[in-house]
Amino acid sequence: MKPFRILFRSINDGLRSVFRNFSLSTASILCTTITLILVSLAILVSINVNSFTKDLEHDLTIVVFMDRDSTDEDAEVIQRKIEGLSNVDSVEYASKEVVKAEMMGESDTFSAIMGSWNADTNPLQNEFTIKVKEAKGLNKTAKEIEKYDKVDSVQYGEGMVEKMVSLFGVIQKSTIVIVVALVVVTAFLISNTIKITIFSRRNEIEIMRLVGTSNFVIRLPFLFEGFFLGIIGSIIPILITIYGYMFAYDKLGGYLFSNIIRMVKPTSFVFTVALVLLAIGAIVGMFGSFRSVRKHLKI
Amino acid sequence: MKFIKIQDCYKVYKNGVTATAGLNLEISKGEFVFIIGATGCGKSTLIKMLYREEKPTKGKVIVGGIDVAKLRNGKVYKLRRKLGIVFQDFKLLPKLTVFENVAFPLNSMGLKKSEIKPRVLKALELVGLKEKVRSYPNELSAGMQQRVCIARAMVNSPKLLICDEPTGNLDPETSKEVMDVLDSINKELGTTIVMVTHDKDIVNRMKKRVILLDNGILASDELKGKYKAHETV
Repeated sequence: MKPFRILFRSINDGLRSVFRNFSLSTASILCTTITLILVSLAILVSINVNSFTKDLEHDLTIVVFMDRDSTDEDAEVIQRKIEGLSNVDSVEYASKEVVKAEMMGESDTFSAIMGSWNADTNPLQNEFTIKVKEAKGLNKTAKEIEKYDKVDSVQYGEGMVEKMVSLFGVIQKSTIVIVVALVVVTAFLISNTIKITIFSRRNEIEIMRLVGTSNFVIRLPFLFEGFFLGIIGSIIPILITIYGYMFAYDKLGGYLFSNIIRMVKPTSFVFTVALVLLAIGAIVGMFGSFRSVRKHLKI
Repeated sequence: MKFIKIQDCYKVYKNGVTATAGLNLEISKGEFVFIIGATGCGKSTLIKMLYREEKPTKGKVIVGGIDVAKLRNGKVYKLRRKLGIVFQDFKLLPKLTVFENVAFPLNSMGLKKSEIKPRVLKALELVGLKEKVRSYPNELSAGMQQRVCIARAMVNSPKLLICDEPTGNLDPETSKEVMDVLDSINKELGTTIVMVTHDKDIVNRMKKRVILLDNGILASDELKGKYKAHETV
């Protein structure tokens, strides 16, 4: 089949060209490798931060203390209001009697002191324990509940958690900016390599044009060259992603810095990241090549 | 039947230089035509328009039924597959053997190896270089290199062979060899040949149709023409 023969020849030509301009190809490959290692790090950090933020968010609670004179009826009204809030995941009510019983169960001292309290003398307050969906809206949700009638006070992370979550957000955004910048630089470098290949093969290209080779067939090998530069450049980052992450996970026992930050298990996701790297390498290579072919290959 | 029709053709370059100014010309199938004239008279532009390296600014250039001016860049290859081009500087690829150089157009068209081989050998036989298939261009004399170039142009069995000063780099003896090859291609295969040249001896000896251009217009068109005494070479 003619199209397959042309395709096969273009692939062959593209691959040969990678090795023919070896020093230039090496520069492009190294740049792709470094960029993709950083892309991989950014993705891995991002996935871990995301997972950690989710863990954190899952554990986030707002405790609402009711006025001492509030009744179970008041509690029902407030519970309905809280459940109506968009950021609320679950609400659990505990009357002061339940809280007292729980605390008495925790230690003998509590039990001795609290045993003498009755419903009227119990100084504890009825309370709600609320789990939120997103840490971002924690402050807003807490402030909203604080306004309710019969609510005495609201306790939550008081900004600490939010600050951490927003810090993670900043880290994620800055890595994205850096990675995008590096990807662009790599595309330019590959584009430059292809430009030089085009220049070094200008006689061949001129003859191809004059003997009636279609523009598509002339361009195809250069696109494949860029593609191969990207693919070769992604090999080391892929190995680092798969084996490096597995190694780090084993070495650190699955936790980063302390027991609070749990790493994501290196299951199938490292292979997905590896595929993403391969795709980025191939796309950046072909894009760089395409840019050069369009700009410098006048046919 | 007219194979090439040039009607009221103007070519003005971006820098304002006029290469052809209202040129009218017809060339029939199977003709052998010399295009002569002083440097800058528009000969090269004329043949470049035939293979659509240049586009006319105004007027028509029709080659084998294709209107060159209307041909889109992406379709130019279709025109070029119908013709062969021979250059003064041969334009052979030094890292390819004679066989590979001649096979180059067929390879880039994606033909099968089994189809390519007989066509390449036939083209090399036509120029008398069948025994040089494995040689590299730098192992051949200039005349042989030009014959390889002719073989490459003929490998696709074109109806038209465009020769841009093919003997410009050759001595008289070698030029004669090359001209003999071109003449036999014209006579035996009926290929139309349009050749730009400055070589007075060749034009006078071959007694073919001679078109003289002067400042982009047709100065004379003679069927068995010669260089005249006052014409600059």
